[in-house]
Amino acid sequence: MRVLAVDSSGLVATVAIVEENGPEARTVAEYTTNFKKTHSQTLLPMLDEIVKMTEIDLNTIDAIAVSGGPGSFTGLRIGSATAKGLGLALGKPLIHVPTVDGLAYNFCYTDQIVCPIMDARRGQVYTGIYRFENERMIVLEEQMAIGIEELVDKLCQYEDNGVIFLGDGVPVHRERLEKELMRERKISFAPAHMNYQRASTVGALGMLYFKEGKIETAAEHRPDYLRVSQAERERAEREQRKA
Amino acid sequence: METKKDVLILAIESSCDETAAAVVKNGREVLSNVISSQIELHKLYGGVVPEIASRKHIEKINQVIEEALETAGVTLDDIDAIGVTYGPGLVGALLVGVAEAKAIAFAKNIPLVGVHHIEGHISANYIENKELEPPFLCLVVSGGHTHLVCVKDYGEYEILGRTRDDAAGEAFDKVARAIGLGYPGGPKIDKLSKEGNPDAIAFPRAHIAGSEYDFSFSGVKSAVLNYINGCQMKGTPYNRADIAASFQKAVTDVLVDNAIHGVKEYGLNKLAIAGGVASNSTLRAAMAEACAENGIEFYYPSPIFCTDNAAMIGAAAYYEYLAGTRHGWDLNAVPNLRLGER
Repeated sequence: MRVLAVDSSGLVATVAIVEENGPEARTVAEYTTNFKKTHSQTLLPMLDEIVKMTEIDLNTIDAIAVSGGPGSFTGLRIGSATAKGLGLALGKPLIHVPTVDGLAYNFCYTDQIVCPIMDARRGQVYTGIYRFENERMIVLEEQMAIGIEELVDKLCQYEDNGVIFLGDGVPVHRERLEKELMRERKISFAPAHMNYQRASTVGALGMLYFKEGKIETAAEHRPDYLRVSQAERERAEREQRKA
Repeated sequence: METKKDVLILAIESSCDETAAAVVKNGREVLSNVISSQIELHKLYGGVVPEIASRKHIEKINQVIEEALETAGVTLDDIDAIGVTYGPGLVGALLVGVAEAKAIAFAKNIPLVGVHHIEGHISANYIENKELEPPFLCLVVSGGHTHLVCVKDYGEYEILGRTRDDAAGEAFDKVARAIGLGYPGGPKIDKLSKEGNPDAIAFPRAHIAGSEYDFSFSGVKSAVLNYINGCQMKGTPYNRADIAASFQKAVTDVLVDNAIHGVKEYGLNKLAIAGGVASNSTLRAAMAEACAENGIEFYYPSPIFCTDNAAMIGAAAYYEYLAGTRHGWDLNAVPNLRLGER
């Protein structure tokens, strides 16, 4: 099985081709940048580069894994439209990998709790809580948008050997987390090379989903923002005040 | 040497609130023209909400493209190039079409041709007027644009004039809101004005000193608002149909004057109109009359090609394709792209 993976949900633009033949699995190619250019300018040239380098015929791809959100609304749509265009042109299904699940899988098989935090602004983080058992990822709390206090409360409910935090929310909230959790828990923060979205991880997790039949058509796919637009939110608030 | 007879272009347009795809043969024959409008959704907010527009584009785009291919009776293997609007427009909305178009062109290994949205509107005139060729003058009037353009050759444009403030369609929307007609204002004012007297109220016709081809519509819009305020303060009733008709006449007079003046000054004998406001019946009638009086050939697209659509992008992409325009996989959306810029 061969999967092409893309993630442009955050600061990083990342593409990869991963494959698996029986017991043998490998990342054929991966290209990741964390640079000031927009994803619209980097994502497809990067994909072009790895396809050329590896001389892979795109028609041999079985599916396209895409980081499906949450994240930057525009970034998500660039990745999503790229995956949908590829899926439409190649006649292949898409695998929707929740962004926070993909981040958590960077630390697969650790015996600690993994807690990705992405800066969601407005005093919130996009986060989820994960554990690994018998080489499987257990989702303790599905990805969500919540305040940092609420996240601390949730983390305190779980027995653990420590908590690993990662993601672009770490620089924003590190001090707070250290202050509130240090006494209760052993906590650590991911090093740079494991801190961000990686398409190879999205692809690897995507292959697991693929085997479970968790695929969708390119037409069906849409990002999961975890939030309505500002206009919809404000309108709902107005309606509520009226009622 | 064997030459390929036909060029088939799959075109994609997502610059504002319509998700559209079309298959166009040799720039002038429309094999399919699919438009998914979001207008009902944006009515709730009194105008286009960019984030909502972008979200709808991503939900609909594959269905729209698939339908365009199916209706045309072709597959992607028959397509010679992908044309896509990359500006001007709402950046988040444009990016959906651009990313999708790039991915399809990349996967099928065919050329990608980025198109200017206004160039698309102008090219809409080629679809139903097989004999129309440059040079000609084109008045582009829509909710976001008001441009008087000299089309010197395919892909070669000189902008004579543009609006200094509101686009013509924007003024229609604002006036429509003021007299309680709702969004979108253009068609509603057009309809109501048929019951009113266009000479009932003297709204100003703005001509800009030193820029004979430029437009300004904020003055006439303010004059309408002031008129309504004045009536309300005095407690005198006002006739909405008269306001609509008089406002529409004021806007139309300036559009027609500047356009006819341009055609004469540039020594041309053809005038075309394009864009959403080009569907306005008063503008069409006034322009047709002025052209007839002045011996100018008048061209206008059917309403379906005036509104934002992808067939017009396919028409423009064809001539860009012939001229050798090719964009790379790093093509970005350019929200304030200028006409004639590459």
